[in-house]
Amino acid sequence: MTDTLHKTPLFDLHVELGAKMVPFAGFNMPVQYPLGVLKEHLHTRAAAGLFDVSHMGQLILRGADAAAALETLVPVDIIDLPVGLQRYAMFTNEQGGILDDLMVARLADDVLFVVVNAACKDQDLAHLQSHIGSRCSIESLFDSRALLALQGPKAVDVLARLAPSVASMTFMQFAEVELLGIPCYVSRSGYTGEDGYEISVPNAQAEALARRLLAESEVEAIGLGARDSLRLEAGLCLYGHDMSVDTTPIEASLLWAISKNRRADGARAGNFPGAATILAQHANGVSRKRVGLLPQERTPVREGCEIVDADGNVIGQVCSGGFGPTLGAPLAMGYVTSAFVPVGSAVWAVVRGKRVAMTVAKTPFVEQRYYRG
Amino acid sequence: MSELRFTVDHEWLRVDQDGLITVGVTHFAQDALGDVVFVQLPEAGDYEQGAEVAVLESVKAASSIVMPMAGEVIAVNATLEETPELVNQAPLTEGWFFRMRAADMSAFDSLMDESAYARFLTATADA
Repeated sequence: MTDTLHKTPLFDLHVELGAKMVPFAGFNMPVQYPLGVLKEHLHTRAAAGLFDVSHMGQLILRGADAAAALETLVPVDIIDLPVGLQRYAMFTNEQGGILDDLMVARLADDVLFVVVNAACKDQDLAHLQSHIGSRCSIESLFDSRALLALQGPKAVDVLARLAPSVASMTFMQFAEVELLGIPCYVSRSGYTGEDGYEISVPNAQAEALARRLLAESEVEAIGLGARDSLRLEAGLCLYGHDMSVDTTPIEASLLWAISKNRRADGARAGNFPGAATILAQHANGVSRKRVGLLPQERTPVREGCEIVDADGNVIGQVCSGGFGPTLGAPLAMGYVTSAFVPVGSAVWAVVRGKRVAMTVAKTPFVEQRYYRG
Repeated sequence: MSELRFTVDHEWLRVDQDGLITVGVTHFAQDALGDVVFVQLPEAGDYEQGAEVAVLESVKAASSIVMPMAGEVIAVNATLEETPELVNQAPLTEGWFFRMRAADMSAFDSLMDESAYARFLTATADA
């Protein structure tokens, strides 16, 4: 089976570092290193962690019409996205469901840099080609560039040793930066709730850059296990779990990501797939929504657990859950019917046939520490 | 201390001087699970062999502890409720799970001894 899995350019390095490799989205990926998930998680929040996220899909859209074209596929303002900034977006379908979530950066007036999820990247590429392939050029970087994430409060100190200019970037800024003489794309963003960077680097130089970063005393290699617990504490959605084609951005509590000028009263309202459904849901409300959940016992509550009310009626389902090492307690996210959406609502998860009391809580569970200047 | 026996579910068993059997998970099991953050201990009582009696939760996932032989759970290691990390730190000693009385002691002798378990681990790794 492992023969059919893709390897990132850092595969040999992961093995050398003693990583436990697992199949993930068609790739052989490090789930943890000898440090273990718990310590990797805590180290990232205390210092800096280096993640290999090269399995994700990177794309370049080029052309004078590229921004306007991409805007027809997402409920997000791309036309007015300034050069040097990145924005969170999602591809929607005609029913208002979410096909994938993505990051879009403006590299130049007529150049957009896009990062999509590993499991969706082939489908996303086909989606882009079929809908906007005639309006701009679409270049897949799937086989040519690696993606590293350097996350944590010390990430800035570490990366600034290689390129002092990155220290003055603020959250969601994006720049072409030379690291070790290698032309890289650097964004000040990530998936941990911490300050940090994501670095797109050509495959051939990825290992040299990763080794250089790991040589810094603050940096440890961090696997997908800790990546998941970090993002969960930060209240960040994982595609295919916390949102999917069966959930709309409104149900997924992602209204914040729908740009004001794409909403019903905006200058460029609608004109994205599923707009009628999504904007109507914004106006009229939805019957269920994604919320944060704090179990009141030590039992971790996992994805798929039913959520019930005081009378045992099923009112929802857990979409992500586990243990938060920084929180020091279990935590979860789930979809609940509208009556239970308010923070403080009492609900119960059914875990192995037993009820575990939970409180609906605001997210993030652990304060985000982005650098906003 | 008498010798340990092992199951294919990566549990170890030891017959103590009072004739009861202490049960825990092996080094291999704790390493595969990763950092244990929660343990649900068994309730006292009679169980069939293979019954799911306890749960281990790591940061990554949940895993069941099954009854290695038919018998009665007599006592549990309540220390694990507050310090589940003992399962990682000392799986063969302080990280024990429960003590049981076997319905039929002859089943104990058919379990793997240390060298058989080592061969089983090698075979599993090669599969």
